[in-house]
Amino acid sequence: MPKEYKTPKLDDLEKGPWPSFVKEIKQAAKNNEMSNDLLAVLERSYDERIGHWKHGGIVGVMGYGGGVIGRYIDIPDEYPNISHFHTMRINQPAGWFYTSEALRSICDIWEKHGSGLTNMHGSTGDIVLLGTTTDELEPTFQDLAHVGFDLGGSGSDVRTPSCCVGEARCEWACYDTMGVCYETTMRYQDELHRPAFPYKWKFKFAGCPNDCVAAKARADISVVGTWRDAIKVDDAEVATYYDNGMDIFNDVVLNCPARCMKFDHESKKLEINNADCRRCMHCINAMPKALRPGDDKGATILIGAKAPIIEGALLSSVLIPFLKMEDEEEREAWYDIMEEIQDIWCEEGKNRERIGEFIQRVGMANFLEAVGVEPIPEMVAYPRDNPYIFFEQDEEEE
Amino acid sequence: MAEAQRERLTDIGPPHYEKYLPPVVKKNYGQWKYHELVEPGVMVHVAESGDELYSVRCASPRLLSIQTIRKFADLADKYCDGHLRFTSRHNVEFLTTKKENAAKIKKEAGEMGFPAGGIGHGITSIVHTQGWVHCHSAATDASGVVKAVMDDLFEYFNGEKQVPGKCRIALACCLNMCGAVHCSDIAILGVHTKPPRISHENLNKMCEIPLVSASCPTAAIRPATVDGKASVEVIEEQCMFCANCFTVCPAMPLADPDADGISIWVGGKVSDARSKPMFSKLAVPFIPNNPPRWPETIAAVRKIVEVWADNARPYERVGEWIERVGWPRFFRLTGFEFQKEHVDDFKYAGLSYNRSAQLTHEPWEE
Repeated sequence: MPKEYKTPKLDDLEKGPWPSFVKEIKQAAKNNEMSNDLLAVLERSYDERIGHWKHGGIVGVMGYGGGVIGRYIDIPDEYPNISHFHTMRINQPAGWFYTSEALRSICDIWEKHGSGLTNMHGSTGDIVLLGTTTDELEPTFQDLAHVGFDLGGSGSDVRTPSCCVGEARCEWACYDTMGVCYETTMRYQDELHRPAFPYKWKFKFAGCPNDCVAAKARADISVVGTWRDAIKVDDAEVATYYDNGMDIFNDVVLNCPARCMKFDHESKKLEINNADCRRCMHCINAMPKALRPGDDKGATILIGAKAPIIEGALLSSVLIPFLKMEDEEEREAWYDIMEEIQDIWCEEGKNRERIGEFIQRVGMANFLEAVGVEPIPEMVAYPRDNPYIFFEQDEEEE
Repeated sequence: MAEAQRERLTDIGPPHYEKYLPPVVKKNYGQWKYHELVEPGVMVHVAESGDELYSVRCASPRLLSIQTIRKFADLADKYCDGHLRFTSRHNVEFLTTKKENAAKIKKEAGEMGFPAGGIGHGITSIVHTQGWVHCHSAATDASGVVKAVMDDLFEYFNGEKQVPGKCRIALACCLNMCGAVHCSDIAILGVHTKPPRISHENLNKMCEIPLVSASCPTAAIRPATVDGKASVEVIEEQCMFCANCFTVCPAMPLADPDADGISIWVGGKVSDARSKPMFSKLAVPFIPNNPPRWPETIAAVRKIVEVWADNARPYERVGEWIERVGWPRFFRLTGFEFQKEHVDDFKYAGLSYNRSAQLTHEPWEE
């Protein structure tokens, strides 16, 4: 029987309608010494208002440099069962679909080798197995591999790519997010498992501009579905929304950022000037039964998002306005550009400099020139508003 | 031994998603026509073929025991032919083609402690990080704050209370932002407020000095010899407590029970709907850590939600509403004090000054 700890502060977090992580830790602690010690040290953190975890160290599985986050406690004498408490990141299936059988196979392995605690899922998208010892890493990895799972990314590598549910269950998906996410993950297995970049590199695949995976805010390469032709309109369904009391003029027409819509109350018809449409998704979100993205679908590729550390937070900006994602040749050309960018970044990037920061440092125009992409107006919110132009000097003049 | 004879597998990648898809998804892949909210926590997707897929979205604490995951698997076996998925905001979704099953799943998952909700206009799970459960650089806990806030906002999750639009809340326990909270309607962010304490005894043994110096966004760290030992010094007036030095050098801890706490940020979004993506902006610079329930943090988040819900137009996200009515109104309605910390002084700070005479005059008296 595990040692019994008193945890009055955490016990309070078992109450209330939201599912309780404390119940989860206690559940696992019933027959797991690691989870039991975790509960105790967490209560101590709640008393002391400070964490007790130390930096990682280099731990991992043979031949990989990523996928395991080393974690040690700063008071191992008091909590010996979690003196090592390493995290393993397991690459999730695209779209986070599972069968009950697949989930049970992971649970059984984690019961045998670790704390019995998980995150479903980590922020980047991996299945996170929370806490085990150094000795258990390799056996856990191989047990997982034999039921079809592999480790995810960590450190300065391609991080586990993730995607929204896409065409599996969403009428707004403008390309097969799960298919491209899987293809990309398999293409970059080496880069994912063996960190060789200046810093992390994240791919995220969103099926439409609603961006349910926050690609534009979090991914170095944000692939955001969009379309080029007209929004598909079902007039009868528009009329039904109107008849059911929707305020189409105020809630749809006036919310259009391009002011490209008109609604006629008499005929109950919605007229869209598709040439001016910015593909923002608002009208489609508001009337999913009446409006849908067009048929000429693809994706916009944006580059450079990141959280604040080091040089400040960035949102991704446009690199390629439209790519036909279903076309294998176009995808291949896109991968070529990705690899060109990675090469230049590996060559010129500073240690722990994300691609977005690298672009800020060298200048977008210089960056584009180096990777062989022409600058176009779609890439800027507005052209420069200062006259400090570095006109290039004619090299023949001396 | 079988263990020793087993082939060692590497670089196999994740399982192909196709083998986990429900038959109705495989059949209608890329052929969905529309979706509708059936009741709070339940939506139906209808395919061109006429097939229907019901999804029951249930709350999850994200930190799950294998015992609970097995219970999810049992529920999926009972009603969904073994099919389920998780969402990008940590919810669990049970997938079934039968409407009557959806209601049963909602009921049974609720009885298990995993209530359904979080679809459409409302507040869904909080994307969050590890906190004191598992992170070395946490300035606050993650799971505990999330639990406390969601208990308080539960009526916005389960559909009891209506709001104008989506409101995405996220929590990161330090500025590294594993939860990438910087584009959320409401972001709860752990912050340190004291400079690093340098262990000159250990620094040169544990860290690379050039790497430590380069890690500082404000160039506040420079090499120095202290008591004959190679180390660094920190120009404390230049330190904004980001802890990036600690990330590369364990000999420079910043965590402090009284000086660590929570800051609250508002008005970010990632969707392109209506307005372009926006960063979250500072609402409350510092709230001390007050476990286990963080009452001051709960109150501040609730205040923002209520003020937005009472004042925004349909579909308006928090940031869109504030852009329309202006920040003076936001601070007046929430009662948050506008302080020196609210005025940016990092790169491009000038872009955030109000470069216009367009102003509301607060408070407006009729």
